[in-house]
Amino acid sequence: MRVRLSIRETRGEFVKRVEEISGQEILACNQCGKCSAGCPAAMAMDLLPSQVLRLVQLGLEEALTSETIWLCASCLTCLSRCPKGVDLPRIMEALRQLVLRKEGDRLELSALPADFLSEAPQLAIIAGSRKYLS
Amino acid sequence: MRKVGVFVCHCGNNIAGAVEVERVTEALRSYPGVAYSIDYLYVCSDPGQDLIKEAIAERDLDGVVVAACSPVMHETTFRRTVAAAGLNPYLCEVANIREQCSWVHRDDIERATLKATQIIETIVEKVRHDEPLLPLAMSLVRRALIIGGGIAGLQAASDIAAAGYGVILVEREEGVGGRMAQLSGTYLNFDSTVDLLREKIEAVTRNPHVTVLTRAQVEELGGYLGDFKVKVRRQGNDEEYEVGAIVVATGYELYPQEWLSEYGGERYPDVIDGLEFERMLSPTGPTGGEIRCPSDGRVPQEVVFVQCAGSRDPERGVAYCSKICCMYTAKQAMMYKMQVPQGQAYIFYIDIRALGKGYEEFTQRGMEEHRVLYLRGKVSKVFPQDGKMMVWGADTLSGKGVEVAADLVVLATPMVPSAGAFELARKLRVATDKHGFFSEAHPKLRPVESLTPGVYLAGACQAPKDIPEAVAQGSAAAAKVLSLFSQEKITHDPIVAVVDSELCAGCGICVEVCPYEAREIHPLTKIAVVKEVLCQGCGACLVACPNKASQLRNFTPTQVMAMIGALV
Ligand SMILES: Cc1cc2nc3c(=O)[nH]c(=O)nc-3n(C[C@H](O)[C@H](O)[C@H](O)COP(=O)(O)OP(=O)(O)OC[C@H]3O[C@@H](n4cnc5c(N)ncnc54)[C@H](O)[C@@H]3O)c2cc1C
Ligand code: SF4
Ligand code: SF4
Repeated sequence: MRVRLSIRETRGEFVKRVEEISGQEILACNQCGKCSAGCPAAMAMDLLPSQVLRLVQLGLEEALTSETIWLCASCLTCLSRCPKGVDLPRIMEALRQLVLRKEGDRLELSALPADFLSEAPQLAIIAGSRKYLS
Repeated sequence: MRKVGVFVCHCGNNIAGAVEVERVTEALRSYPGVAYSIDYLYVCSDPGQDLIKEAIAERDLDGVVVAACSPVMHETTFRRTVAAAGLNPYLCEVANIREQCSWVHRDDIERATLKATQIIETIVEKVRHDEPLLPLAMSLVRRALIIGGGIAGLQAASDIAAAGYGVILVEREEGVGGRMAQLSGTYLNFDSTVDLLREKIEAVTRNPHVTVLTRAQVEELGGYLGDFKVKVRRQGNDEEYEVGAIVVATGYELYPQEWLSEYGGERYPDVIDGLEFERMLSPTGPTGGEIRCPSDGRVPQEVVFVQCAGSRDPERGVAYCSKICCMYTAKQAMMYKMQVPQGQAYIFYIDIRALGKGYEEFTQRGMEEHRVLYLRGKVSKVFPQDGKMMVWGADTLSGKGVEVAADLVVLATPMVPSAGAFELARKLRVATDKHGFFSEAHPKLRPVESLTPGVYLAGACQAPKDIPEAVAQGSAAAAKVLSLFSQEKITHDPIVAVVDSELCAGCGICVEVCPYEAREIHPLTKIAVVKEVLCQGCGACLVACPNKASQLRNFTPTQVMAMIGALV
């Protein structure tokens, strides 16, 4: 299906919010793909990290429905290698925040089973809280 | 009888590895006419050349054969060597025993040695009958003709005139400046072309050495390097000029929009090409520099730029990359955003070719500072819908087909040679490539010369170029002209055809076969004459002449027969 691009989206609220929350200039990315090439979680993603960013550049909110933003491990590999200094993990975080703020938290800490809590490393709990709670 | 010296080169192991050079040298010693014979490791080295000079002096040689590599390599070297020793250079010949012998017979030393001996013997026969020759002096008019008064032609004119030589600048339009005068600002700094040009135009028009002829065209060209005769038609009148060199700088025009039917083929007023957009951006243009939709004068809120519109399209457009449109499109999108900050500029592209100092940074600035949205894909179709121009394209980066309802569409159509370039090339006897651009003599080493001696090329008439490149080439062509003009005299190789007036019947066959127009039948004597400066020594007339009246200096029938005699 052909997607209509227009100023309402390319310069719309969605793009503005992503840029505000992440503090990144999304058009600084020239789509070289180096982030995707080195991403350790890419093999499990439905879209490559650079493709998610591309959707944002086009102003397309379907970026929010990608599994990729949840699979991003915030390991910062892409940031450390990006030739344009784009902080893609922050953009991933911004996209997650937009979803969480709209749809609510994705994690209920009190609902976690006790045996899981006793076994899971502390770091996983903290990271999970950061990622799934707004 | 002539006393010939033979110098057999080893060329390290190149020759000596397959040819027993000592045996060859020994065999030649007793050959008729040979007064001296010696072998040496590298005859082209300084000590090797000294050997030749000493032998000429001590043994009173009046002919030299150097048996070595191809004459293409060192004929000039060895002729210069014998000239330094006081011998006429045309009494020195090279026998090729490397490319034509040792390199191809590595596996049979016996036969290679015999063959080398025979090759040298034929050349000894030639030298025995060679006449001493003098280079032919040619006249040199120290004035240049420049065809086309764009930035490339202006640059060449101002450089040549600055050196004190006369320039005739022929421009077919009302004024000089070319396409650059139609542009708004230039990348990378949006400098006004009016300001940039003013200085250059003044440098040319104010210089007393320059004659600018506008609304003028070259009608006819005769003569040759150093002494061309040009007929210029100006405003209906013909004028004749004599010049020594010619710079072609006829520039370009844009590929016709009407051939791009998928983009509307010029049917829609709001689909324009790059030059039309430049006029719109220019303060001296029809809108006074304001960007407006041609259809109804509204300020466009969304503008789509279509790169490679007709270029990189061997199937239905031109196969080549127009090279400068990526850059001017980036510039135009930025200039649009400066004027309409709330608007959106989209650029459809296949690759972004920003190949110049600061160019990559410039296009990146367009994306980051001016939020120009680049979409990777070639536009498939442009058509009107609901008062807008609908653009169908793709963004291969996201894998999506996309469409934009644009107010204005700007096509980056490729540069093509300017109208009439082909006819002009024919008049100048200069080659063009398959697209009609003027052909350079060598793509790497002789980029500003044509294959026709005395005719040089500058600017976009040779291939798509931007202003800095056109200026550089204009200066380079001027440097070529100046190095010609600064010679005391110019000469021509004396190995040319001669006519034996006793044998010539005046049939005129040679006039027809000569590819260089170097022959004519003399109006009074009615026999053929050779225009020596035009003759390239190709030998076509020798073969054609039924009376054997046509001969080539130092390739006479006596010589050729003697050479064959040495072999059989
Ligand atoms: C839309 C657009 C934007 C551009 N923007 C830029 C930019 O920002 N920066 C940049 O560096 N470059 C830019 N360029 C490129 C620039 O226009 C060229 O590099 C430059 O004009 C080439 O100069 P030239 O002298 O070779 O040819 P031209 O400018 O074409 O000049 C050729 C001259 O020869 C004359 N002529 C042609 N045939 C004959 C004949 N038979 N007899 C006599 N006279 C003849 C013509 O009338 C003309 O005056 C742009 C080009 C386009 C299309
Ligand atoms: S590495 Fe940087 S510039 Fe390259 S695609 Fe990823 S975010 Fe964009
Ligand atoms: S310069 Fe750019 S726009 Fe022009 S033909 Fe080449 S790639 Fe296409």
